[in-house]
Amino acid sequence: MTEVQTERAISVVVNGVPREATVPVRWLLSDALRHGFGLTGTHVGCEHGVCGACTVLVDGQPTRSCLVLAVQVDGRQVTTVEGLSRSDHQGGQVLHPIQEAFRECHALQCGFCTPGFLTTIAAGLDARDPSVEITEEEVDEMVGGNLCRCTGYANIKKACRHAAATMRDEAAR
Amino acid sequence: MTTKFFGEPVRRREDARLIVGQGRYLDDIGSGAYEAAFVRSPYAHARVLDIDVSAAMGVEGLLAIYTYEDLTGPLAEPLPVLIPHPQLTSPRTGYPLVKAVAQHVGEPIVMVVATDRYIAEDAAGLIEVSYEELPVVVGVDAAEAAERTVHDDVPDNVAARHHQETGDVEAALAASAHTLSFTQYFERSASMPMEGKGVHARWDDADSSLRVYSSTQASTSVRAAIAAKLELSMEKVEVIAPDVGGGFGVKIVHPWPEELLVPMAARLLGHEVKWTEDRREHFISSAHERQQRQEITVGYDDDGRITALDVLVWHDNGAYTPYGIIVPINTATQLCGPYDIPVYRARVNSVYTNTVIVTPYRGAGRPQGTFAMERTMDRIAQERGIDRALVRERNLIQPDQFPYDWGLTFQDGRPLIYDSGDYPAMMAKLKVLVDWDGFAERRAAAEARGKLLGIGMAPYVEGTGPGPYEGAHVQVLGSGKVLVSTGLTSQGQGHETVFAQLAASELGVPLEDVEVTTGDTRRFGYAVGTFASRAAVVSGNAVALAARGVKEKALRIAAEVLEADPADLEIDEGLVQVKGTPGASIPLRTVAVLSNPLRYAFDEAARQATQFAGPGDDSKPPVAVGDAPGLEHTDYYSPLRSTFASGAHAVVVEIDPATWEIAIEQYAVVHDCGTIINPMIVEGQVHGGVAQGVGGALYERMAYDRDGQLTNASFMDFLMPYASEVPDVDIDHQSTPSPLNALGIKGAGEAGVIPGSAAIASAIEDAVGRRIAAMPISPTELYDLVRSDAERVTNSSPHDSGAMA
Repeated sequence: MTEVQTERAISVVVNGVPREATVPVRWLLSDALRHGFGLTGTHVGCEHGVCGACTVLVDGQPTRSCLVLAVQVDGRQVTTVEGLSRSDHQGGQVLHPIQEAFRECHALQCGFCTPGFLTTIAAGLDARDPSVEITEEEVDEMVGGNLCRCTGYANIKKACRHAAATMRDEAAR
Repeated sequence: MTTKFFGEPVRRREDARLIVGQGRYLDDIGSGAYEAAFVRSPYAHARVLDIDVSAAMGVEGLLAIYTYEDLTGPLAEPLPVLIPHPQLTSPRTGYPLVKAVAQHVGEPIVMVVATDRYIAEDAAGLIEVSYEELPVVVGVDAAEAAERTVHDDVPDNVAARHHQETGDVEAALAASAHTLSFTQYFERSASMPMEGKGVHARWDDADSSLRVYSSTQASTSVRAAIAAKLELSMEKVEVIAPDVGGGFGVKIVHPWPEELLVPMAARLLGHEVKWTEDRREHFISSAHERQQRQEITVGYDDDGRITALDVLVWHDNGAYTPYGIIVPINTATQLCGPYDIPVYRARVNSVYTNTVIVTPYRGAGRPQGTFAMERTMDRIAQERGIDRALVRERNLIQPDQFPYDWGLTFQDGRPLIYDSGDYPAMMAKLKVLVDWDGFAERRAAAEARGKLLGIGMAPYVEGTGPGPYEGAHVQVLGSGKVLVSTGLTSQGQGHETVFAQLAASELGVPLEDVEVTTGDTRRFGYAVGTFASRAAVVSGNAVALAARGVKEKALRIAAEVLEADPADLEIDEGLVQVKGTPGASIPLRTVAVLSNPLRYAFDEAARQATQFAGPGDDSKPPVAVGDAPGLEHTDYYSPLRSTFASGAHAVVVEIDPATWEIAIEQYAVVHDCGTIINPMIVEGQVHGGVAQGVGGALYERMAYDRDGQLTNASFMDFLMPYASEVPDVDIDHQSTPSPLNALGIKGAGEAGVIPGSAAIASAIEDAVGRRIAAMPISPTELYDLVRSDAERVTNSSPHDSGAMA
């Protein structure tokens, strides 16, 4: 009979940095990120995959980190809100356009759900052809799966459009 | 160019950290802390017979298990009744851990502390509690019947009979040309912030002091409660509200059991201890709101003018009354909204049930009151065949009637006197915004598509900015940085931004030089808290007063240096200058240095203030009698009474007669919160409030079964609106400044949620022609209603032009 492992070593690239850790096998990815790697930007709102606050990108795909065990991301790439900023091609970092847009459009109030929206929308925007004007259907799709109790979503949708416009302007340059 | 930020849509200061994941919420603090988990009652009403912890004792990583037997001194006494009231004749509160009888599912019985939360929950799961189940009371009807009781010593289940009246309502009703009586229901919802509650405590053994972080709306009062319950001197307790992930009322209640037990454990274990509420815990152990049964009798004349209004409300307060009868008072006193009602009586019976406590959730009794009043208006309009907007307009308080004294007592214990408003103009704006008079065409077009269209409206008045007071401290440092602190807390309202706007505008400094701290007792110890749309009004005015005090001192010091009259000086962009004399100036940061005469030059700037730096006036002491070193000032604003904001919502719903799905086609808001500090933030508050109003009207309800089990205690089952459920909101502003405070501000935080259910019910009723007497309403309930023999109604909207009186 095999011995049941209660902990397991994992290798995961978090926000571009290779990390090694030994984690309890029952730890959620959200707990490993927050309490193992100290990346507390990922927030846990419901622990059953409904609210989306804990959304991170696993190999670029929006993933609810409260529904994934840490051992499941062994060998994979994880991006959290702390890792959304991009190279400015001059040796520095700039915020992702959706981060700038959230501030510009007042798309956050308490800010607790914000990291989940940012990661989800950033993935959606990065995956589309930026030269094409964004449609309301695309905005609804990117915004529609996460809960926010403060904003009523109007300004989150506005930020989504604003960021898409910024990316279109960048693509045109 | 004068430094001016007041009234501008300034981007938020707090966002810089929040959009990059650098916020600091409760669970982000104390990575090495021990963690607590709770065994909570699985029964709504049960006597605890035995607690067997033996199986849990072997769990590796377990540190402590606490039951009621482990509580000592004041901790073993009932939790406080925070807001006593003479009509709260049978107040009851629980204990931090159940002493003998659990009164609702979720009440904490055992606290477990372990090295992490997983292990704490392992141990909690092994604790065996045996119970004797007791009869359960759920819902206001069962509470009123009192065949079973919640508390043995409250045989009628009535905690309070709140009663207010402005005259002899029975005589006025008897003298009325027409009267109507009806009953309606309003269900439970809850604040449901995205971040639940949480507490982190650190005991400093050498100093015998405690630092507590709590996701609270009232850090100063949490501090006082902890000091009292743990028998510590106030100066040995610090309480800080870090970034808080939403409140909406639930976090104004305190001390929650965990706010006492976590510090207790930290002290006993000599180690940091933390508890982070999970979502299920939040559903079953934090507060809910809103359930009422309303029995309304109204008298009115041929034109639909109300002559008397009598309201009897049965209000479900849950198992305990820690927050007094604030919600019943708000319903009773805010029900009449913008209407001039000659004789009014409100009686609210606040009753116990074996459910989670009921305390303010955004709106706090006002959505129910508005529902009562506005449904009454619709009924009068229907009975008299008068346009629903017109019947409202005929009853409005007119602009020349302010101050409008109701002769009632508001929730702050002060007279209910509306300070200002212009309700006719507000209603006129709303009718334009929603195109009330052009609705007939829209309805006809929808009918042609096979859809039912309905329109409804609901104005409201909201008492905001109650006292007793808030204070602020403003300090200019030698670096030029301006520190602002106020004791009340923030949960996303943008206080760091709006208070910085106020201080920068008053002082004439760049906005980026101002740093605002809220909710930290280390920085400001006197405060009341964030609730009742009061932060901008009360702390806002305190910040302005404190900044003015600093400016006055700065001008006095600068006048000496510049050899000018203070009256000839101004501050702009952080430079104190003689008006109209370019060059005659001194930076405010230098004034700050000079304000503090020094012996020691700890840095370059400080050299200017040292004793050999320049000629002084040897005839005076370096610090004048009555003066103080430093460029800082503390001031307080204590309002005479609340100020009254107002607004009106109109909604158009489209109903599919195949599915009975209710879609909001248009949502229009006219909003008046007096002078606006930051219109971007005010609109954000309106958006968020409307979303909660829509949720409360169409989706959210706490589904208790007859055994007192909350059957939808998760986000899977309790339906909060996603983006797909929230309509676009058309907003028009009106500004009627408050004459009660220097800035003219009224509160804005709760407004958006208040008339949602009233307006949406009106619109649905208009669309389907059946009486809506309970909210929220689902498509299934609407389908059942239209198939039933429910009362048929005809709303007189403008399209029924023949009925226009």
